[in-house]
Amino acid sequence: MSLFRTELRRLAKRRFTRWMTAGGLLILALVVVGLFATNEKIGPEQWAEATRAADRSHAEQVRWAEQERASCERAKAAGEDVEYYPADCAEIAPPAREDIQAEWYLPSTFIFKANAPDMLVTLAGILAMVGFVVGASFIGAEWNTGGMMNLLLWRPKRLNVLLTKLGALLTGMLALALSASVAWFGILWLIGSWRGTTEGMTSGVWQSFLLTGLRGVVLVLVAATVGFALASLGRHTAMALGGAIAVMVVGQAGLAILLDLAQVRFGEAWLLPTYVYAWMTKTLTLEDWRSCNASYTGECNPATLDITWQHSSILFTVAVVIFLGGALWTLRRRDIA
Amino acid sequence: MRVEAGEVHGFLGPNGSGKTTTLRTLLGLIRSDGGRMSILGQEVPAALPQIARQVGAIVESPQFFPHFSARDTLSLLAGAGEVPQQRVDEVLELVGLRDRAGERVKTYSLGMKQRLAVASALLKNPKLLILDEPANGLDPGGIREMRTLVRNLAESGMTVVLSSHILGEIQLICDSVTIISLGRRVAYGPVDEVLAQHSGGGVRVRLEAVMDLPLAANALHGNGYRVTANQDHLMVAGVDKPATITRLLAEQGLYVSELAPVTVDLESVFLELTNTAPVPGQHRQVDQSVRVDGAAPSAPTGGGWGA
Repeated sequence: MSLFRTELRRLAKRRFTRWMTAGGLLILALVVVGLFATNEKIGPEQWAEATRAADRSHAEQVRWAEQERASCERAKAAGEDVEYYPADCAEIAPPAREDIQAEWYLPSTFIFKANAPDMLVTLAGILAMVGFVVGASFIGAEWNTGGMMNLLLWRPKRLNVLLTKLGALLTGMLALALSASVAWFGILWLIGSWRGTTEGMTSGVWQSFLLTGLRGVVLVLVAATVGFALASLGRHTAMALGGAIAVMVVGQAGLAILLDLAQVRFGEAWLLPTYVYAWMTKTLTLEDWRSCNASYTGECNPATLDITWQHSSILFTVAVVIFLGGALWTLRRRDIA
Repeated sequence: MRVEAGEVHGFLGPNGSGKTTTLRTLLGLIRSDGGRMSILGQEVPAALPQIARQVGAIVESPQFFPHFSARDTLSLLAGAGEVPQQRVDEVLELVGLRDRAGERVKTYSLGMKQRLAVASALLKNPKLLILDEPANGLDPGGIREMRTLVRNLAESGMTVVLSSHILGEIQLICDSVTIISLGRRVAYGPVDEVLAQHSGGGVRVRLEAVMDLPLAANALHGNGYRVTANQDHLMVAGVDKPATITRLLAEQGLYVSELAPVTVDLESVFLELTNTAPVPGQHRQVDQSVRVDGAAPSAPTGGGWGA
């Protein structure tokens, strides 16, 4: 227990942890500022303005249609054969006023019920990145600077030490993720109240949001564990960060291009972000636009593949088992230099 | 290698001979191929978790997280080892870092890091203290302080194992030594005994009359001694009991005015035992030292550093 408390202290004392956490929170703060600045509440004034904008747009459409009809008639009278005009110039007619809806011209507004899930994905993504690098640095720097060796001279049970460090890291990240999630919900609610609407929230919706938030927290912990395990395997922070960059550049961008060139069916199913997004949104439907599943009306629909959060959970579990298991195994087997 | 409780034991060997590897293995950082080790009467590495609290160690160059202060570094170690936090200030005072304890370790000189390493080893107030090159990077005053510190610790009952290349220090501080070469022990025992064993039993003999030296040399040579004649004295090697020389010469009517054992220092014994003495014009390679496994000693092919 003393080691656990000490490692928590070490985690909190590390500048890298503080800077990365502050950096992540700063990005989230910028998102909040952006949301606040680009959204506004919809009231009678906004509706009136939108209606006026729709009127202006309709008038412009009418003017344009008349100009085009006149051009068409002139072209027909001159005997010109202009393909893009219809045979009968009278067919060029402006849209009816009711076809141009005023709500199209409403300013952007924050609808808590509709927008919060995407914002939870944003929160989870940023915190997962913070978790990954903080996790990697927490153990990588210890290996690199000899701190791990010093600690093992005090606590010779290697696996206990590594798992206690991981426990401290996950506890710290859990505290960060939970408090950030609560704050995030609160801030989004305030933005909804001040710059949109919070209507339509039922207990079912709240439950769904909470489950999404919980999955986000799990994602952060998985990312922290993988970063920690990779850095422990390579005994250097750079191992995890280099690995992450390699995966993103070669494994994702490169693979995406390759899959596209090879016209692989549901190529996104091979890409990691797909599973992260599916984890957060419960289901992600991939579509193959090169296929045609005809409906009874004759409509041609693309074939689909559902990636669910269960698929993602299997992937995450396998990743954690392989990387963390590898880190534990090598710590047990390898000498401490 | 055996270290008695309460003594200061020097652990010596040329570069690459296996000193640090031995200490790392003893402390459970390296897996051993075989053999048996025990610390404080308990077999290691199996018993390390039980005895780690009683063993303080620094292994090779001191390494610490550069962005923490010395106080933070020690405080975290104390926390991990369930040592009272007040001990941190005690050891900082002991190694002379009290006034610089709040500065980041990355601003420390090598000597200051070395002091911090010793402080970290002392934090547990261990029964056994293992110091690998503790004087590395220390200034002359620091070396003397380290010597005093080690002696005081030994007097307080702490057992100290000291690995160092500063053989003069080892000779001054240590009660006993182990010298290894290429992973094998070449000498072991109390410092005085090791020096005596490897002094070659040499004595310097002076006579009342210098002109009698050739006669004395013949007499000693005839009795199986190896004698080297010098201008005003004889050097006699392989002498177990110097009194026999006095008696032998007196029987010949030759009277000894001086009979002094030739003293050797640890450095010369070390160089002799490990066969690492520099040879002018030659460059000794790191692994060229005495091999104690039945094979012929690997003769140095060069002088190496200082040649």
